[in-house]
Amino acid sequence: MGDTAVHSGSDDPNRRDFIHIAALAAAGGAGAMLAWPLVQQMNPSGDTLALASIEVDLSKVTEGMQVVLKWRGKPLFVRYRTAAEIASAQAADSEPLKDKEHSKDSERHVVGKPQYLVLVGVCTHLGCVPTFGGGDYKGWFCPCHGSQYDTSGRIRKGPAPKNLEVPDIAVLSDTMIKVG
Amino acid sequence: MSGQPSTYQPKSGFTRWLDSRLPILRLAHDSFVDYPTPKNLNYWWTFGAILSFMLGMQIITGIVLAMHYVPNATMAFASVEHIMRDVNYGWLVRYLHANGASMFFVAVYVHMLRGLYYGSYKAPREILWILGCIIYLLMMATGFLGYALVWGQMSFHGAVVITNLFGALPLVGESIRTWLWGGFSVDNATLNRFFSLHYLLPFMIAGVVILHVWALHVSGQNNPIGVDPKSEKDTVKFTPYATVKDGFGVALFVVMFGLFVFYMPNSLGDVNNYIPANPLVTPEHIVPEWYYLPFYAILRAIPNKLMGVLAMFGSIGVLFILPWLDTSKVRSMRFRPKAQIFFVIFVINALILGWCGHNPPDKFAIPVGEGGLTFVWLSRIGTAYWFAYFVIIMPLLGIVEKTRPVPDTISSPVLSGAATVEKA
Amino acid sequence: MRRILSVIAPVLALAIAVPALAAEHEAKLYTPKGGWSFQGPLGSFDQGSLQRGYKVYREVCSSCHAMNLLSFRNLGEKYGPFYDEKFPNPADNPFVKTLAHDQEAPAIKGINEETGDVEDRPGLPSDRFPDPFPNEYAAKASTGGYVPPDLSLIVKAREGGANYIYSILTGFVEAPSDVTVPDKLYYNQSFPSHFLGMKPPLADNKVSFDDGTPSTIRQQAKDVTTFLAWASEPKQTERKRLGLWVMAYLIGMALLAYGSYRRVWKNVH
Repeated sequence: MGDTAVHSGSDDPNRRDFIHIAALAAAGGAGAMLAWPLVQQMNPSGDTLALASIEVDLSKVTEGMQVVLKWRGKPLFVRYRTAAEIASAQAADSEPLKDKEHSKDSERHVVGKPQYLVLVGVCTHLGCVPTFGGGDYKGWFCPCHGSQYDTSGRIRKGPAPKNLEVPDIAVLSDTMIKVG
Repeated sequence: MSGQPSTYQPKSGFTRWLDSRLPILRLAHDSFVDYPTPKNLNYWWTFGAILSFMLGMQIITGIVLAMHYVPNATMAFASVEHIMRDVNYGWLVRYLHANGASMFFVAVYVHMLRGLYYGSYKAPREILWILGCIIYLLMMATGFLGYALVWGQMSFHGAVVITNLFGALPLVGESIRTWLWGGFSVDNATLNRFFSLHYLLPFMIAGVVILHVWALHVSGQNNPIGVDPKSEKDTVKFTPYATVKDGFGVALFVVMFGLFVFYMPNSLGDVNNYIPANPLVTPEHIVPEWYYLPFYAILRAIPNKLMGVLAMFGSIGVLFILPWLDTSKVRSMRFRPKAQIFFVIFVINALILGWCGHNPPDKFAIPVGEGGLTFVWLSRIGTAYWFAYFVIIMPLLGIVEKTRPVPDTISSPVLSGAATVEKA
Repeated sequence: MRRILSVIAPVLALAIAVPALAAEHEAKLYTPKGGWSFQGPLGSFDQGSLQRGYKVYREVCSSCHAMNLLSFRNLGEKYGPFYDEKFPNPADNPFVKTLAHDQEAPAIKGINEETGDVEDRPGLPSDRFPDPFPNEYAAKASTGGYVPPDLSLIVKAREGGANYIYSILTGFVEAPSDVTVPDKLYYNQSFPSHFLGMKPPLADNKVSFDDGTPSTIRQQAKDVTTFLAWASEPKQTERKRLGLWVMAYLIGMALLAYGSYRRVWKNVH
């Protein structure tokens, strides 16, 4: 009784009793519970998500024109392609392409409307904004490092690894589409 | 840091390698594992761990809030509401931070009163106590700066009142006030520098906390009977004994914290702070956050502006010289029956001062017929007792008081069954 | 055990004292029949009441009072007035889109990208509720010198909260005979000074409720107050629900910590 504060053997308080493991696990769980909202708060907030999709009126884009909109903080190219551009894009379907994923022109333009091509205007190399009408393929040309895209927005030459991104598009009516 | 020979034994090759270069594991082992702790510490001693937990909580949630908060007079209020409405779990983080400040002060007041009751400021712990007082001052400053950031009506006009306090100081007052404002009044520049300082001060607190813990490990912990441990029989190892008790204390405290955050998150705040700051309209009653109320009452108790400010700062300043004001040879009030009575009156008096600070000065605290005792007069009585307790009662009591017999060692009351001592 | 009680007692005292301290200001306020759907730790907003309340705000209050912090998309958020679980992103909720699109008085302003003029345009779910007045001077000019307060946080920004708002809305009674009501002010039994710059806003059948709820002043007041209470903190139902789990967990953790503590200390005398 009271002669020594700490006993040894089976009464050793350091023994990994169930109660200690449970208490430690509960504390660990509480830490994880606190970490969850602290990580979640770094995801896009409600007001940002509300602007994540925009509706585009295609009737405002005339043949041979490109309208640049701002979508999710990035440029969105909405292009009304000429017959010549569509023909050259379809012809290139059979050529060896660098990025083969969903690379057929029919998989890239707005469903049922081959004249409309909607692209995220960010070069897949390092994020510059390409300009239209330059390069060997008469599509988009990136001024930063010389990547060249064709009239379907596919990478044909230069350091960029991937085709220009086609965003999620829902056709709402004859002239309206929803991007994102 | 304990001054005892280290018992740390590096077990693996890496820890041996590390130990000869940076003995940080040895420091942690000696300070938080093998460190001898008086075995009779009660639950009031868990508040040190609770405070460390709260400091960590405030810093983490604060850093997260700063990712979304905008320190600009036109956008600050809206950015706080953006956190409340649109940021994922932003409401939780903000309520944790706002109520966390209150919980931090609840814990620090318990911690300070514990030190006051058990004489934890007496030799050789004077520096330990003074470092604690510095932490408390830094906490008050941080709390005030943080409250201003919301930029609601109470934030704004509270900031106006507090910055004007500094203006009352002779010679330097005007300059200090202008430097705080960065203009002709509390405005955008003020908000910006408050944000900067609010971000800085918690790390200064953390720095002083390290010194505080260092000083603690040099002098050793006080304990409820105030008698230093004499042998190994009087102590237990910090880990697991103190850690598990602290852990339980923190867990209980977090339950209370959770109740506030989830079920009464605005009960400690003021409704006026949900109205955006408007320099042209002052709320009817300017009331600071609850943890400043006793000092606010002391400020208003004195009709002269400068003297009021000096009394308010003095009421905290007197804590710094407390180790030399208390003349008693006995450390713990457990053996000082008279001191106990004055201590209880001191605590009640502090609560009454808080009540005075919460109410308009000219209202009747105790109505008698047509007249009665107004809050300003009640706070004058309270202020008088506050200073008398430290400056008159403490020095005199140590000389005149007859104390109860103090046991020789921590273990002896149990060994001899001296129930008379424990009853206190 | 005595020692544990000495820790728990001040905690309980604080928990009891705080609401008591807050209660001292709630003089002469009324609670509607049946109380509030959102009161208490288990309360959540009655969606029908929220929808009617939004209609009252839109058709009556919004002609003078802004709600700057609210967007149309908020109406479709979880636990909100028009939440539909089929549309987790409230910006996709077709009802919310319609509400935003059909917003007329006050209308949402936008810049015409062809002419550069500021003109009315159809609203989007991401648009904030439009302000009734272009600036505070216009507000003062039209109300006779007062700026009607923004209602986004009104329930949290007044002592008494929802009961205060409800009591004001239902508190326009005949002034006592010995009281002279100043010009352009209206007598209200629950307003601290009794003279209010706001005209009695509600009247029986002023707003028609699609769900057949009788449109009395009290019903309108109860519903719009419910809506305003939701608007002042749209996340409060989420907070209370999450709180139940967290509190249960924390209490369990405290019990385990206590068991662990007793086990470690059982050999120390």
